[in-house]
Amino acid sequence: MKRTAALVALAAVPVLFLGVFFVLPVSGMVGLGLVSDGRFAPGEALEVLGRARVHRVLWFTVWAAALATAITLLLGIPAAYVLHRLDFPGRTVLRAAFMVPFVLPTVVVGIAFKHLFAGALAGLALDGTPVPIIAAMVFFNLAVVVRTVGTSWESLDPRPAEAAAALGAGGWRVFRTITLPALRTSIVSAATVVFLFCSTAFGIVLILGGLRYATIETEIYLLTTAHFDLPAAAALCLLQLFVVTLLLYAAHRARAAAPVPVERRAPGARRIRRTDLPAVLAAGVALVLIAFPVLDLVTGSLRHDGNWSLANYRALDQVGQGSLVEASVIEALVNSLRTAFDATWLALLIGGLVSVIVTRRSHSPTERRVRAGLDGFFMLPLGVSAVTLGFGFLITLDEPPVNFRDSPMLVPIAQALVALPLVVRTLAPVLAGIDDRQRQAAASLGASPLRTVLTIDLAVITRPLLAASGFAFAISLGEFGATSFLSRVDHPTLPVLIFRLLGTPGSHNYGMALAAAVVLAATTAAVMLLVERLRVPGVGGF
Amino acid sequence: MLEIIDASVDFGPVRAVDDVSLDLPGGEVVAVLGPSGCGKSTLLRAVAGLEPLAAGQIRWDGADLAGVPTHRRGFALMFQDGQLFAHQSVGANVGYALRIRRRPRREITERVEELLGLVGLAGYADRAPATLSGGERQRVALARALAVEPRLLLLDEPLSALDAALRERLAGDLREILTSTGTTALFVTHDHDEAFAVADRIALMRAGRLVQAGTLAEVWEHPRDAEAAAFIGYATVLSGAAADLVLGAAGLPGGARVALRRSAVQVVREGPLRGRVLSSRLTPEATRLEVEVEGVGQVAAVLGDGVPPPGPGHQVRLRVRPERLAVIGDDS
Repeated sequence: MKRTAALVALAAVPVLFLGVFFVLPVSGMVGLGLVSDGRFAPGEALEVLGRARVHRVLWFTVWAAALATAITLLLGIPAAYVLHRLDFPGRTVLRAAFMVPFVLPTVVVGIAFKHLFAGALAGLALDGTPVPIIAAMVFFNLAVVVRTVGTSWESLDPRPAEAAAALGAGGWRVFRTITLPALRTSIVSAATVVFLFCSTAFGIVLILGGLRYATIETEIYLLTTAHFDLPAAAALCLLQLFVVTLLLYAAHRARAAAPVPVERRAPGARRIRRTDLPAVLAAGVALVLIAFPVLDLVTGSLRHDGNWSLANYRALDQVGQGSLVEASVIEALVNSLRTAFDATWLALLIGGLVSVIVTRRSHSPTERRVRAGLDGFFMLPLGVSAVTLGFGFLITLDEPPVNFRDSPMLVPIAQALVALPLVVRTLAPVLAGIDDRQRQAAASLGASPLRTVLTIDLAVITRPLLAASGFAFAISLGEFGATSFLSRVDHPTLPVLIFRLLGTPGSHNYGMALAAAVVLAATTAAVMLLVERLRVPGVGGF
Repeated sequence: MLEIIDASVDFGPVRAVDDVSLDLPGGEVVAVLGPSGCGKSTLLRAVAGLEPLAAGQIRWDGADLAGVPTHRRGFALMFQDGQLFAHQSVGANVGYALRIRRRPRREITERVEELLGLVGLAGYADRAPATLSGGERQRVALARALAVEPRLLLLDEPLSALDAALRERLAGDLREILTSTGTTALFVTHDHDEAFAVADRIALMRAGRLVQAGTLAEVWEHPRDAEAAAFIGYATVLSGAAADLVLGAAGLPGGARVALRRSAVQVVREGPLRGRVLSSRLTPEATRLEVEVEGVGQVAAVLGDGVPPPGPGHQVRLRVRPERLAVIGDDS
């Protein structure tokens, strides 16, 4: 009884937080979509889903994501092989290079590809077509495939392949009949995650697609900010909610199907042979795809009026031109850092509490039921995209009972919710991995509950906690989906300012946006580098 | 002293410990012996305050312990796999309870050295737990549990994770350390050899209930029932005419059931029973045989001194040694 009461008390903070900042916005959004004049009227939502424009958007979302996923796999699997099974000088550096795109904020990726296709590759006349969008999606998600498939390839027992070879199978046949089936679960898992990321891509599509090419996510944004058609936006949010939940379920199934890792004889990497040539070529293409846009962005930021110059960087403390640009890049960066700081401690507080609650062992049936209920409740934010969240905030939190419209905490709270699933995914497995008897041993030696937590839990959780903070901080720095709805004009975060600079004509603004993107990328990369140094297993893996 | 009075523990609808009463006088070592899943570990955890009682009481020196949390009970708990704190050195592990009680640093250092000496690991203070063998880890866990001279030491299968030879040696050491420090201990195990090697008294548990409790001799000489006899190491339990025949051969009155150790039936040159050898096997201790005894059935037997080993199919004479059997009282 006492334990259940303590559990409920502990759960009060995250439950209240999620209740106000998650359930309320999402139910407000559902209400807006399905309720009209106080009556349940799904007709309007169905009407929205019947529009020709919405059909186009939906179709584009699906085929662009599917194509991008296919290309990502086609380039990523050979790259995974080259980076994780072959031995050559510079392998470690190259592996790190492949991870860079994934940590870049989506706005940075968007602007890099815009600059690439409007500048260096302008001759191809592909700017304004879906090609830059798909290329950017591939760029962004290669890391997922390389990391997920590569790790599993690395620990693959080589003996079945050797046995097949001894039975007379040639190289390609061994790959097709032995290696590929063994990698199947990791490939399926990576593909599901990539498809999820691509189909919910927001920043990239908003910058590269303009008004012509929109995914469900960007359409929600356009309907809200350009057309003020809130019921239609709400209807699309519902659709998105449904699709994302479905995809998350598929991803979960793909992961659950993965066999329990056993201790295997991991082979050493071997030198490159002539038969590896196709794989090396594919990996080379992938490398070009990754390196070219980044280098192009950096060089672009260093050019001003056709000359090499630091003028774009010198202009970072000036306010750009345009009605929606009311802050300098430096000011926006400071805003971003402040916001990220608040979002991080919020995400850690809530995520930490959630992790503790869901991993503690239950002592009574009542406690177990309460815990299972909380567990399910805390998983809810996983199914909601950042854009949906931002939209929900916008329509529900600006009037009584909860008026946060002018609160400086609105953006940090939204970003904390976006980072929350990741924080929980980093902390909960570590806490769950602690043998409860360690705590019991400490208690039997006289340690109070607080002291037990300090001795046992904190010792194990320190590094994952640091890693989760870094991750949450980086996510918050680059967060654009929810923030784009909530950021105030005079108080933008850096990604929002970059987007506004891009949207306002003028070469001065453009150069400034390029330099700002480099600054944002460097800041995020620095944070992620620190996280990587902590070497917490499983962080950021899928 | 510890008194467990009509204690029950429930896991949901399952009653894991059912109405158990047991006294543990100060300075004694009591082993709770039973097969896995019999509720003995749960009973131990209830004493430690890790499981709530569904009914009954646990008292220390007359005071009810209900509502006293684990860390205030002053009972140290030692687990099957030690549960050392991996991020702390051996010395820090042993000194943990002392640091909680804010003892002066010098006293802690001295006490840690003393305890490590006691468990035969002098000079190990700076080692990391990961570098120790299984047996060494259990020794450290024991030293850690003994550090503040707990009023009661609870041991949950402390030797089960070790291999046979090590287990035997450590059981002896454990007994010596517990008696030399005068520690009161409640000790849970499924291994009867371990229980007999370490404890003063034994409590037999089965399916959540206490079957029998008493000194080693009491339990050994008068197991409560056939199952109890089998569990504490008797090879065969006979009843009816077969039991009467064996009891008669041992010079004891019939009318009861009888539990036989392997060495209770001996192949000799002249004896009251006849039988046919089914198989024989040479072991380091003795030649063990399976014999089909007339009127009794198949029993285990050993070869008496100076008797030539018979092969399978041979007719032999046997005698029964009364000091190697137990008469089971209630023939229910």
